[in-house]
Amino acid sequence: MKLSIQVNEGPYNHEASVSALNYTKAALEAGHEIFRVFFYHDGVNNGTRYTTPPQDDINIANSWSELADKHGLDLVVCVAAAQRRGIVDEGEQERNGKDGNNIAPGFRISGLGQLIEAGIQSERLVVFGD
Amino acid sequence: MSETKKLMYVNRKAPYGTIYAWESLEVVLIGAAFEQDVSVAFVDDGVYQLCKDQDTTGLGIKNFSATYKALGDYDVNKLYIEKESLEARGLTLDDLMPLVYEDEDDDWAEKDSIKVVSSQEMAELFEQSDVLFNF
Amino acid sequence: MSILHTVNKSPFDRNSLESCVRLAAKGGAVLMIEDGVYGAMKGTSKSDMVSNAMKDLTFYVLGPDLKARGVDEGKLIDGVKVVDYSGFVNLTVENDKVQNWL
Repeated sequence: MKLSIQVNEGPYNHEASVSALNYTKAALEAGHEIFRVFFYHDGVNNGTRYTTPPQDDINIANSWSELADKHGLDLVVCVAAAQRRGIVDEGEQERNGKDGNNIAPGFRISGLGQLIEAGIQSERLVVFGD
Repeated sequence: MSETKKLMYVNRKAPYGTIYAWESLEVVLIGAAFEQDVSVAFVDDGVYQLCKDQDTTGLGIKNFSATYKALGDYDVNKLYIEKESLEARGLTLDDLMPLVYEDEDDDWAEKDSIKVVSSQEMAELFEQSDVLFNF
Repeated sequence: MSILHTVNKSPFDRNSLESCVRLAAKGGAVLMIEDGVYGAMKGTSKSDMVSNAMKDLTFYVLGPDLKARGVDEGKLIDGVKVVDYSGFVNLTVENDKVQNWL
C-alpha cells in the first residue's frame, strides 16, 4: 500500500519523530511503499545535518538520512516552516543571502503543496505530532 | 491528478499559544489550489481560532484571523464547528467572525460558510472524508 | 468505512482521548501511542470511559511505548490489545483512513 507520513515535531523535544521513524521502518519492512515523509511545523528540525547528540543517544537526523539512502525515501521539509526555523539548503542559502546551509542528506526543501499531493496520491496519511 | 478527493482539515488547537492554527491555515490556503472537495472542521480549542475581535498588537506578532475571511474567495466554504466544543467553552456563533462566500450556483448570493454540527454529525463528516489532515 | 484513530496524549493531561471517543464513529479502532498509553491502564479515573466505549470501538496500545514507560501489560483494561509497530502499520492498512488526535 502507498503510505505517506507527516512529522510535526522536532527531534528530542517530542517522541513524534521517533514514532514516525519506527513506523516508517515497520512499513518498509512489511513491503509498503512510502510515497513521502513530510516535515512540518517544528518537524523541519529533523532535517539538519548539524544535529550532534551524545554518543549514547540516537541520531535522529542521521537515521532519517540512512533510511532515505537505503530505501530511496522522499523526505520533504516544508519551505515556509523551514525558513522560519532556519533550516537551509543551497538554494535557500542563495535566495536569502545566508552564510551557509544545514540540510541533512536525503532531505529536500519544497512547498506545502507536497503535503497536499501526498494526501491525495497516497492511500493513507499518518501524522505524528504534538 | 484528475481524481477529486474529499479532504478534511481538522483543527483542534487555539491560536497564538502555539503555531499549529496558523500553519494549518497555510495548508488550507495552499491546498485550495488543488481543486479538491475541501472541508474544514473546528473542534475542541480549534473553535477559538474563529473568535472575533482578535488583536495581537500587544504581542507584536501577526494577527492571522483576517485570513479566515479570505477562505470563501478560495472556494473553501464548508467550515464545520462542533456544537459541543462551542458550548463547552461558553461560546455561541455571535462570538465568532461571520464568514461568508458567494455561491456561484445561486447568482453569487452571499452565504454563511460556517455550519454548526453535533458530535454525531461531525463523526459522520470524518467518515465521509477521503483524507484527514490533522493539526 | 472505518477509521484508525491514534491518541498520543495522557488523558490526565489533555482531552485528546475524550475527544476521540466522542467523535469516533462506531466500528473504528483507537490506538494509544506515546503518552497516550496511560489511557489504557485499568483502575484510573479514565478507565470507565474506555471500557464503555468498547461497545463501539476497538482499543489497541503500542507495546514499545508501554514497555518504555514501565507499564506492565497486566495493568491494562480488559480488552485492550497490544500491538507492535508492525501491528500499527497493519491497523493503518486494515482501516480506510487515519485520524491522529494530536
